Amino acid sequence: MATTRILEGLGRLYVGLLLAFLYLPIIIMALMSFNVSPFYQLPFEWTTEWYASLWQNDQLIAATWNSLEIAIITTIISTVLGAAASLALYRYEFRGKKVLQALLFPPIAIPWLITGTAMLIFFFGIGIGRGLFAILLGHVALALPYVIVVVSARLQTFAPELEEAARSLGANQWQVTNRVTLPWIMPGVIAGGLFAFAVSFDQFVVSYFLSTPGQTTLPVEIYAAIRKGFTPEINAVSTIIIVVSMALMLLTARFFKFGGEK
Amino acid sequence: MAGVKVSNVSRSFGAHKALDDVSIDFADGGFYALLGPSGSGKTTLLRQIAGFDFPDSGRIAIGGESVERVPVEKRQIGMVFQNYALFPNMSVADNVAFGLSVRGEAKATIATEVQRALDLVQLGKLGGRRPHQLSGGQRQRVALARAIVTKPRVLLLDEPLGALDKALRVDMQIELKRIQREIGITTIFVTHDQEEALTMSDRIGILRDGRLVQEGPPEEIYDRPQSEFAATFLGDANIFRGDATGNGIRLPDGTAIAAGAGATLTVGAKASCAVRPERIQISTGTEKPDAGNSNTLKGQVSKRIFAGNNSTYFVERQGQTLKVIVQNTGAERLAEGEDVVLRWSPESTVLIAA
Repeated sequence: MATTRILEGLGRLYVGLLLAFLYLPIIIMALMSFNVSPFYQLPFEWTTEWYASLWQNDQLIAATWNSLEIAIITTIISTVLGAAASLALYRYEFRGKKVLQALLFPPIAIPWLITGTAMLIFFFGIGIGRGLFAILLGHVALALPYVIVVVSARLQTFAPELEEAARSLGANQWQVTNRVTLPWIMPGVIAGGLFAFAVSFDQFVVSYFLSTPGQTTLPVEIYAAIRKGFTPEINAVSTIIIVVSMALMLLTARFFKFGGEK
Repeated sequence: MAGVKVSNVSRSFGAHKALDDVSIDFADGGFYALLGPSGSGKTTLLRQIAGFDFPDSGRIAIGGESVERVPVEKRQIGMVFQNYALFPNMSVADNVAFGLSVRGEAKATIATEVQRALDLVQLGKLGGRRPHQLSGGQRQRVALARAIVTKPRVLLLDEPLGALDKALRVDMQIELKRIQREIGITTIFVTHDQEEALTMSDRIGILRDGRLVQEGPPEEIYDRPQSEFAATFLGDANIFRGDATGNGIRLPDGTAIAAGAGATLTVGAKASCAVRPERIQISTGTEKPDAGNSNTLKGQVSKRIFAGNNSTYFVERQGQTLKVIVQNTGAERLAEGEDVVLRWSPESTVLIAA
């Protein structure tokens, strides 16, 4: 009995430390974004000054819009392409399918630093160069494998007889996909889309390589701002991003759980 | 509604011949069972008729119209799958409505037809449920309603009752038969359950290794099997092997067995005789032989299994174990180890070419 209690206590302590390790820096940063002192000085004095001045920082605002725009377009493109690719990989047998499937994984593992360098060289080589369009292309390429992996995992739980049943009832390929297959994989598609959004919105390394002054994303802009000199505005914008990202991730987790239930 | 004619259909998957020159005529309005062990090609044949897969050669006609290259969605068939394949994201009513809805039928028509189909399978009140809220038997009925609501030309069932427990299966057999009679649809169903095939169908086709072994009404196949395989796969049979004598066979030890039915064989050819276990009389040998049961063999009871309404005796005779089923009429039971005489009539004996 005593041992169980000790073990239980240790377990709780472990989880507590883990959560503290993960969240303490974030919480401190979030608190400091509401503190009057720009130098992390205590006592804590409440203010929303930094959020107000953030609103005046045109560069940061522009970069935020760029980031959102790119993240949303990346999400749409990579979700549509990724879901279509997953369906094709699921439905059809073709030459080189195994190789293709195997080739989807390495981009997830290759360091972004290397992918970014390669993209920079490649985009310059073919004349695209740097800028928002290059960043968008890069992000789609980065996000696509995630979508395919997540949607394919969901498709593994799909019963192929459902498509056959739909066809036997007179449904054409479009109706089968639209009414039977897509509703089933939708949780996977949504989860994949959220992944794609996160990959794009949080992307620093590849964006850094592909951005130009004026055509940049929020993480790159934050980095540039910190190098110039730290301001609590960074805390403020980071807090906003964290809230948005966490909400997205919680949504993802929810959809993944749905994936396991049905 | 229409008949289905399968002519010389062959289908190979790589080196494996799944169907080898199969021809069957399914008459309009009939209830057919395709019976065979797994790998016999029965499901492959059903899938050719459905249009999920196309034959390498041969013809398939539904209602006299050639369909062997027509894809499934254009064949106007209804199909019930082994695991029901109900759409999990739709309600029961939406599942049943699917076939009408993809055709663009009017909403009011769909609602009426769906209700009629659900009433027919006695699920009129469950239209709002989701498939996962239903029992196995109810899912089966929904699958059936969904398959027939579009008024298909032929109804195909792939091991439809395989996933149900025994009691429910018997209920569904009766139910399925009732619905089939009511709408008079040509029905072809695949099963590996011989009892199901015997009790439900007007005709049975037995398949083995991609070939049609025998086809006919259940009684005919049971009483006059044309092969050892048909004899032992559909029901139980004692098989004796020997040389043809003209009206029976001679066993290696010289004993003659007379057959009243079956193949005509040249004298001396290798042949076998099949006898159903319930056709054999078993006695201690003290009783007088009666003239009708002229086939007689001696043996020894090695085992008796009592099953209430009948008993099965396993009788050893020269290294062969024979099976005899005796109805429980209250007569004296034989003990294990007892010497017995087996008698049966030539009419109960079918001669089969080896």
